[in-house]
Amino acid sequence: MNKIIFFAQIRELIGTDTLSIDAHNLTVAMLLEQLSQRGDKWSLALKEHTVLCAINKSLVDYHYTIKTGDEIAFFPPVTGG
Amino acid sequence: MNNMQLDTQLTDIQVTDHPFDVDALTKWLSSSPQDGAIVTFIGKVRSLTDEPISLYLEHYAGMTEAVLNKITQQARNRWALNRIVVIHRVGNIDTNEQIVFVGVSSAHRSNAFAAAEFIMDVLKNEAPFWKKERTSEGDKWVDAKPTDVMALKKWTKSSSKQE
Repeated sequence: MNKIIFFAQIRELIGTDTLSIDAHNLTVAMLLEQLSQRGDKWSLALKEHTVLCAINKSLVDYHYTIKTGDEIAFFPPVTGG
Repeated sequence: MNNMQLDTQLTDIQVTDHPFDVDALTKWLSSSPQDGAIVTFIGKVRSLTDEPISLYLEHYAGMTEAVLNKITQQARNRWALNRIVVIHRVGNIDTNEQIVFVGVSSAHRSNAFAAAEFIMDVLKNEAPFWKKERTSEGDKWVDAKPTDVMALKKWTKSSSKQE
């Protein structure tokens, strides 16, 4: 299983902060495609904006292949400081 | 602040929902006799209109600390530095309050100036914080600025001041 965490406007748009699903062997790109089919809000939040992905708290690109137990996070470009 | 902890290590990274004590942080940064230079930066909530705004800052606990650690390590690899402080607030913050503090101590000022600017530039682009502005017209997530991405470029050219 995998834990997926959403942050900031993505979390608010889809109305979900965490999900537990089995995403092993999917690439990040494939997972995003799958999640965006959950409905209009998901597609808007995940496909029409810049979405960054972290695996186990490190940024990865969309080619990364997810392993069992990976913690996956999706978030918009950061705006701290 | 835990001063015992500060005294036993040279890098202090904190993510906190409380205001920070600039005097105490500066005092700690200044406590090594071999350092001739202390550079500090304070970022605060600004308002361009008469209307006060407040900010809500969200972050990715765990990843934030890891990224800030990595950035301070990169700064140490690049310049000869002694003490480093990075404090970032999260939660609700009002107009004119302090959000972020970066402080660096070094033997000489050029390394301290460069490292403090480097840490802020990378933090703005890589540390997982998100700001939401709260105004009388409603809440709005702040967009990332292209100028923050541009600011990183000066660190990718042959810009290291210490070979």
